[in-house]
Amino acid sequence: MKTLAKLFAVAAVAATAVTPVVAQDALEGAVKARQSHMQLLAFNLGTLGNMARGRADYDAAAAQAAADNLVVLSQMNQMPYWPAGSDSDAMEISAALPAIWEDFAGVGAAGADYAAAAAAMQAAAGEGLESLQGAMGALGASCGGCHQSYRKPQG
Amino acid sequence: MKAKLLGGAAAVIVAGIGTAWFLTAPSPLSDDDIAGMTGDPEKGALVFAAGGCASCHIAKGADDGSLVLSGGQTFETEFGTFYAPNISSDPVHGIGAWDTLDLVNAVKQGVSPEGQHYYPAFPYGSYTRASTQDIVDLAAYMKTLPASDIPSQDHELIFPFNIRRSVGGWKLLFLSDDWVVDGDLTDQQMRGRELAEGLAHCAECHTSRNAMGGLQTSRWMGGAPNPSGSGQIPNITPSALGWLEFDITEYLTSGFTPEFDTAGGEMAHVVKNMAQLPQEDREAIAAYIAMLPDVE
Repeated sequence: MKTLAKLFAVAAVAATAVTPVVAQDALEGAVKARQSHMQLLAFNLGTLGNMARGRADYDAAAAQAAADNLVVLSQMNQMPYWPAGSDSDAMEISAALPAIWEDFAGVGAAGADYAAAAAAMQAAAGEGLESLQGAMGALGASCGGCHQSYRKPQG
Repeated sequence: MKAKLLGGAAAVIVAGIGTAWFLTAPSPLSDDDIAGMTGDPEKGALVFAAGGCASCHIAKGADDGSLVLSGGQTFETEFGTFYAPNISSDPVHGIGAWDTLDLVNAVKQGVSPEGQHYYPAFPYGSYTRASTQDIVDLAAYMKTLPASDIPSQDHELIFPFNIRRSVGGWKLLFLSDDWVVDGDLTDQQMRGRELAEGLAHCAECHTSRNAMGGLQTSRWMGGAPNPSGSGQIPNITPSALGWLEFDITEYLTSGFTPEFDTAGGEMAHVVKNMAQLPQEDREAIAAYIAMLPDVE
């Protein structure tokens, strides 16, 4: 009986020692996942943005594909990427300000702005360069709209 | 002998305090400095955007487009907490009762209408390089903005920074309207310098400070810890930034970096403000940034 109690005690100590390590890995995985999501956004935005800036020739099919991707990305459920404890105060690799976890409503509104801007781009991207350029401003503003309040400056 | 020495020391200290008191006195401009100038509110709107006034003075939680300058944004610093004051056109709680010279003195000299120093959280250390005509135009524009009767909050500072007169010492050491980047500049680079070192006050965040809060001009635009929050403000000298002039102009217009990332924090406000300026002003700022001496 005594041995069993001891065993439990050892197990309990081991559990408290191990749990944070596992959680830390999971948190880092989540941070990497959302940063990868941002990379996908940047890549597709780049296709459109470089055409808008005149750095790449306008290509209706490529523009449409990029805009379609932006819409798909806007529809993904991101909740698993943003676990509590993965903010910039808690983790070196995170640039996500704690304000995110204090203001889900604000984050949601910013996300909705992005979804609307991506949908507008989806309708515009294949309709010619001017049409694409016209949708670019709102798209950029929606990125900045979220970063302004929720992302730590990075040197 | 001892008494004499003490007396002498006391006299020196009194003289020293007297001199310090004299040297730290505010030095406002006079009506002569704005004689013959009239304010153009349309030009003033661009000065307002270039200066980023609304970014600090709109109410906490207000939308960016808001022009109700009731103040209230907080700035946590190592000297204490600063609260941006109400600068709306309300005559009691805002600055509606100010005349043009009052605004010129506040913005360019850091001196209130009552003759007191402002704390340099208000970036007059940069604004002092703006032309007086710009501020006269700004005064004409700000009169057109709505009033708010929300009272300003007092700053909460630690000793000795809670003594306003101490700012006089800071001004003696650090307040100068000389250009930081000098030499042969093109007209475009000079316009960029006028904006970047003046109204746009880029260095206030992008340049590191010494222990007394003065900008380290030897590391001009070489990056610094975020003065009002966590994180690092980037080094924007050419080698460290690695962008073309074209990229800088685009960034100040759309907020997109060459990699199609977008700015966070204060810089998101700055991009919105810069986007309101004429394209040639953004190009001028880019030309200036591209000629900065490299800081490692």
